[in-house]
Amino acid sequence: MKNLDSVFAAYLIGWGVFFLFYLTIAKRTSDLRTEIERLRALLPRGK
Amino acid sequence: MAKRIILGAVAVLLVIASAYASFYIAPEERTMGVIQRIFYFHVGSAWAGMDAFLVCFIANLLYVWRRQEKYDWLGVSSAEVGLVLTTVVLITGPIWAHPVWGIWWTWDARLTSTFVLWLLYVSYLLLRTLVEEQDRRALLSSLFGIFAFLDVPLVFGAIRWWRTQHPSPVIMGGQGSGLDPTMKKVFFFTVLAMNVFAGFLIVERYILEKLKHEVDILQREAEA
Repeated sequence: MKNLDSVFAAYLIGWGVFFLFYLTIAKRTSDLRTEIERLRALLPRGK
Repeated sequence: MAKRIILGAVAVLLVIASAYASFYIAPEERTMGVIQRIFYFHVGSAWAGMDAFLVCFIANLLYVWRRQEKYDWLGVSSAEVGLVLTTVVLITGPIWAHPVWGIWWTWDARLTSTFVLWLLYVSYLLLRTLVEEQDRRALLSSLFGIFAFLDVPLVFGAIRWWRTQHPSPVIMGGQGSGLDPTMKKVFFFTVLAMNVFAGFLIVERYILEKLKHEVDILQREAEA
C-alpha cells in the first residue's frame, strides 16, 4: 500500500513522544518521592 | 493511587481501540488512500491539545482571581500536556502533507497560527524558569497563559476565515463539508480517547507539581 510507511512513521513518532513524556514525569515523580522520604528522615519526629 | 491506575488503564485501552478503529473500521478515503488515516491521530491530538490549553486558560483565570496554588499547578500541568500534544500535531502534519501536497510545510494561516501557539506555550514554560519567587512566578505565568490562549480561537478559525493550503474543516465546517458517517464515529471516538489520555497525563503532571511543593516545604523546614 502506497504511503503506509508514512502512516506508520506518524503513529510511531507520535506515540514515542507521548511515551517519552510520560517516562520523564514518572522519573521525576519517583525522584521527588525519594527526596521527600530523605527530608522526612532528617526532620525531628512529629513534623 | 487505584483511581490513577484505573484512569491510565482506561486511557491506554481507549487509544489502542481508537488506533484499531482508525485502521480497520474507518473506510479508506478515495483520493488520498491510506495516508488519510493519519487524520484521526493528527486531528484527535490537535483537539485534545486545544482542550488542554482551555484547561490551562481556566486555571490561569482562577489563579488570578483566587490566588490558590492548586490553580497554578493545574495551569502548568495542562500547558505542558497541551504543548506535547501540539508537538505531535506539528510532527504528524508534515508527514501527512508531504505525500499529498508535495511539500512538508507552508506558512499558511493554519500552520503558522499553530506554530505560534506552540511557541507561546514554550514561552509560558520558559517564563516560569526565569522567575524564582513562587507567587510572582504563578501570577506572571497565569497572565501570560491568558494572553497565550488568545491564539487558540485563531487556530480554530484560520481554515474558516482564510483560504489556506491546509484543507477546509470537515467538522463544524458549514455547508458542503462533512465526513462519511463511519469516519465521523471513528473520529469522535479518537477525540474521546485522546482527551482521556490527555486527562491522565495532566493528573500525573499535577501530582508531580504537588510533590515539588511538598519538597520545597520540607527543605525550608529542614533548613530552619
